Amino acid sequence: MDTTTIETNFRSEEYFINMGPQHPATHGVLRLLLTIDGEIIKKVEPDLGYIHRSIEKMCERDTYQQIVHLTDRMDYLSSNINNEAVCLTVENALELEVPDRVKVIRTIIGELTRISSHCLWWGVMGMDVGALTTYFYGFRDRELINDIFEETCGARLTMNYNVPGGLMFDIHPNFVKRTKDFIAHFKTKLPEYDKLLTHNVIFQKRTKGIGILTKEDAISFGASGPVGRASGYSCDVRKHHPYSALDKVKFQEALKTEGDTYARYLVRIQEMWESLSIIEQLIDNIPEGEYRVATNAVIKLPKGEFYQRVETARGELGVYIISDGVKSPYRLKFRSPGFSNLSLLNHIAVGGKIGDLVATMATLDLVIPDIDR
Amino acid sequence: MSYFSDIYKGIKTLLTGMSVTGKYFLTSRKGAITQQYPDNRATLKMFDRFRGEVIMPHDEENRHRCTGCQKCEIACPNGTIEIIWDRGIDEETGKKKKKIDKFVYHLSMCTMCGLCIDVCPTDAIEWGQNFENSVYDRTALTRVLNKPGSKLMPGVED
Repeated sequence: MDTTTIETNFRSEEYFINMGPQHPATHGVLRLLLTIDGEIIKKVEPDLGYIHRSIEKMCERDTYQQIVHLTDRMDYLSSNINNEAVCLTVENALELEVPDRVKVIRTIIGELTRISSHCLWWGVMGMDVGALTTYFYGFRDRELINDIFEETCGARLTMNYNVPGGLMFDIHPNFVKRTKDFIAHFKTKLPEYDKLLTHNVIFQKRTKGIGILTKEDAISFGASGPVGRASGYSCDVRKHHPYSALDKVKFQEALKTEGDTYARYLVRIQEMWESLSIIEQLIDNIPEGEYRVATNAVIKLPKGEFYQRVETARGELGVYIISDGVKSPYRLKFRSPGFSNLSLLNHIAVGGKIGDLVATMATLDLVIPDIDR
Repeated sequence: MSYFSDIYKGIKTLLTGMSVTGKYFLTSRKGAITQQYPDNRATLKMFDRFRGEVIMPHDEENRHRCTGCQKCEIACPNGTIEIIWDRGIDEETGKKKKKIDKFVYHLSMCTMCGLCIDVCPTDAIEWGQNFENSVYDRTALTRVLNKPGSKLMPGVED
């Protein structure tokens, strides 16, 4: 048989494959249409809309107090920060000054939320690349934060603890003690995370040099959060546009320049250390005072456009409200971090293997309800 | 050569990781956060702010604190609360006064946002700790919170 016959008989051909909507590595109901040649990825097309709940449209129906609880259901892993974003927008529009106590508590709870989200991500990241042990260890430490939330807010995931004007109720008397216990506990566990996964050669071989995103691309795709920072793009909203009590604390922005999957991993691990230090700076001196400023029973925003951004565990969340002076917004738009981070998946996954795509997607840390509001 | 050194490094780092898991294997019950849920029902205590369901407390004489102001019904984002009311005669003044007939609570629609309890001026409703709500028929989750024949507690004004 000469070579030409082999080429015609065994010619390679591009074909489509569906990844999801029920693939476990897509963390929810995200469907990826892969065009692949052998195992080399030629094109990745995310197909959205499986859990679209029209949250933005529902916001046009609801009052400003009611909008807050809908944001719990967007990025459910950083629900407290989402709540804070809406509350800050409404407070800014009303020119309402909230007490220092509220600001500090909001920051502490926000950073706890970030750690809990990163714990879950770390567990799932390990599971995606084939290390099931991390899943249990991540969830073990996250449980302690959930207990803090359950005691203070009454719920573990969808807290709805912030209201425009402050907090729904004061922190629980045990809050400070529990948080301090958690910090002491977690400081001994984070080095174990490094031992288990970060320093593992097999894990490093799986992640180093995979899914490289350059700084220019990160900016042009609108990447934010750990994804942008791993490419050297300094985009921490907490640093550049501090809100709540974040202007009073000192912390370092986690920055890496490699832009690969491993750099995104390291940025998140470092963020957990930074969050711990932010909480430590605030937890001992929570100012006394009111936990809530009285607002009107029916909040009416003045006519105009209002925007506020916060840093969730995944990146920059923007809340854009157009108000025409009645009790519900004319239009409310969420700029969710997951959506723009997903948009660069095609760019960084092309040319890699399917196994690499799973590792890359794990470090994008996608939460599908956030993308599919 | 790098092939063999990679294997050596791989095994070494695996063993480092396994030293962590081995430590927890030997001290597995210490610091375990798992709860043996259906077996520990007798001792299971939820946190006092836990949001299980909305309840309306009654005192010994079957009296509640709800005046029927409907603020919770307005505050609710998804129509979970329905108040059926009529006008009764107030015993003291003899004037007509709004009172609740039925306080209907659709647990199946409730998102536990807590806005109704936050807005209630007379603290008539509060969070209950029960979370075991599985039923065979969805209609079983529609509840009337005020007990039959219950009356408004005297002195409660909104």
